[in-house]
Amino acid sequence: MNQRIPVTELESSFRGRASEALADSQLRTNFRTAMDSLMRKRADAFSDPDEREDLRELGNHIKARALSQLPDLLEQLEAKLTENGVKVHWAETTEEANQIVHGIIEAKKGSQVVKGKSMVSEEMEMNDYLAERNVECLESDMGEYIVQLDGEKPSHIIMPAIHKNRHQVARLFHNKLGVEETDDVNELIRIGRRTLREKFMEADVGVSGVNFAIAETGTLLLVENEGNGRMSTTAPPVHVAVTGIEKVVENLRDVVPLVSLLTRSALGQPITTYVNLISGPRKPDELDGPEEVHLVLLDNGRTRAFADAQMRQTLNCIRCGACMNHCPVYTRVGGHTYGEVYPGPIGKIVTPHMVGLKQVPDHPSASSLCGACGEVCPVKIPIPELLQRLRQENVKSPKEHPQVKDGGAKYSRTERAVWRVWAGLNTSPAIYRLFLWGATRFGKLTPKNVGPWTQNHSAPVPARRSLHDLARQHLGSQGTKGGRS
Amino acid sequence: MSARNNILNRLRTSLAGTEPRPDDFDEALVTEPWQYTPESRIQRLRALMEAVQTEVHQLPADQWPAKVQALLESRNLANILYAPGTAHGQKLAEHWQAHGARQDLVAYDRPVEQWKEELFWEVDASVTGTVGGIAATGSLVLWPDRNEPRLMSLLPPLHIALLKASEIEDNLYAIMQKQNWSAGLPTNLLLVSGPSKTADIEQVLAYGAHGPKELVVLILEDQ
Repeated sequence: MNQRIPVTELESSFRGRASEALADSQLRTNFRTAMDSLMRKRADAFSDPDEREDLRELGNHIKARALSQLPDLLEQLEAKLTENGVKVHWAETTEEANQIVHGIIEAKKGSQVVKGKSMVSEEMEMNDYLAERNVECLESDMGEYIVQLDGEKPSHIIMPAIHKNRHQVARLFHNKLGVEETDDVNELIRIGRRTLREKFMEADVGVSGVNFAIAETGTLLLVENEGNGRMSTTAPPVHVAVTGIEKVVENLRDVVPLVSLLTRSALGQPITTYVNLISGPRKPDELDGPEEVHLVLLDNGRTRAFADAQMRQTLNCIRCGACMNHCPVYTRVGGHTYGEVYPGPIGKIVTPHMVGLKQVPDHPSASSLCGACGEVCPVKIPIPELLQRLRQENVKSPKEHPQVKDGGAKYSRTERAVWRVWAGLNTSPAIYRLFLWGATRFGKLTPKNVGPWTQNHSAPVPARRSLHDLARQHLGSQGTKGGRS
Repeated sequence: MSARNNILNRLRTSLAGTEPRPDDFDEALVTEPWQYTPESRIQRLRALMEAVQTEVHQLPADQWPAKVQALLESRNLANILYAPGTAHGQKLAEHWQAHGARQDLVAYDRPVEQWKEELFWEVDASVTGTVGGIAATGSLVLWPDRNEPRLMSLLPPLHIALLKASEIEDNLYAIMQKQNWSAGLPTNLLLVSGPSKTADIEQVLAYGAHGPKELVVLILEDQ
């Protein structure tokens, strides 16, 4: 496998990208090492299985309760935030969200944006949108900064640059920043710190995501380790938070178990270095903090998922990444293979609602259904069950009214006909016997090449005698023996 | 406002005929596994914070200004940012005057815009108060306000935090209830659980990503 020549041009299909990733031994080592370590850390952080299971149950209930009154909570959140001095915006599409963000920047005549980590801004492709309008948008999370420097997208929602090792980062910094090449991680971080601090100071607008939006108090909660989230939300004169509508929770106390589930599931930490609760802009007599705080609430397919009671559970997600850390497929093919913002198991169940199954037809089947993702999910999303549902939606005919965006993307009349024949064959004894008669006699006629199967296996050839036949003979001979004794 | 109405209408249509799920929040689940005796409370906080490279000292309440001075001396730092409008800020200034400490006392007494450059690059250390600590997770609770602004605990490479031993609570839920947070939060409430860190390169832990490289916690014993 290692002898294959790496292909440099970007493959356009999941399968193509997967074969490339599988042939890249460096990439596979980087992922394997990181995922093993993240799994170990999570296991250590939940040392008491009873506590873990009770807490997951509570996490599930809190999210389900929030979703069961989502429109009311969103209105309450809006009212509270407005009361606190935060301006709330709503966007149905990523295009609308980008327009809103750009409008805020333009009103301030801003040209530099510094961004804390935000997956929703990745959904929006905000960096590109703003760059086209001459606004520089710089990532400030170390991992995001690294992938942005290299013109890439994050390969993991928590650890964006996990596909790179230190040598690759060293070369990147050397090439792009003109610094001396060093493999020392501390030195690499020092370089990032120095470069980015300049940007934090100069930025006109800071953009961040939101981990939980608390309706009761009108508060945006962000967790992070680096301090870039605090920088982005404190240093520039304007702070714009972008988030999906599903991030709202009812009460402040609800975040106690959720934060614990999030940081332990994601990184195996009892808590992140910083938990940042923002409830408004700078008050008149305060000496720092942004003078304006905005919140952009984004739909982008979420109301579509919400409309289906089963698929609604995808909105429980608190974006911890544990499902990808534990996924045997993700660990082998890496995040970029999925070709979308959210990789891994969670990506496979949220992306179809955003972009439609036509764009990601292989997502639902890129899983062994081993169940690990569902088992570790801190808010108990039944990911394997939802993948099976998506597989069904994926092959529905237009007449069967698929309920997911662009459902039926993999519907094929030929395949449907083949299965109909197969079913008929196996449910009618007469036809089955006729088939058996043919298969045992003309088995040699089966083709040598039967698609992907024969890439790694020899072609199957039907046996000359069927199991029925052998069983009959076996039982017959036993009967004879029994008769003699 | 049409996006707002469209989103809310779609959600309401999907929920038609359903009831909100009951609030079955279980306090015991987030408190009972995280309860400690007064002595073990301090021990746990120390252990957790030290595990993430925080320097923790326990000392009689009146000795902290001298300790701050010693910390700066040992690191050979030139200045320290302080909050002149707070009781502990005044105490520090008194000590500095009385003992002729050689480090510059830098007062955070004007809006950030007036001295951004200096604040971002030239301040070596800061000292701030806290409103409490959390034993379960090894965290400090900071409640920045007009007198003690937000950037004080973020920009300087060394952050020294004062924590009263009597204000360490068992867990986040307990401190949230005791201080009645839901009745009114500051602009920016913070939990700080160590110096700034990152593991974004090969999962190798490096301290001092964007915030303080060093965090020193002074636990003040009541007298």
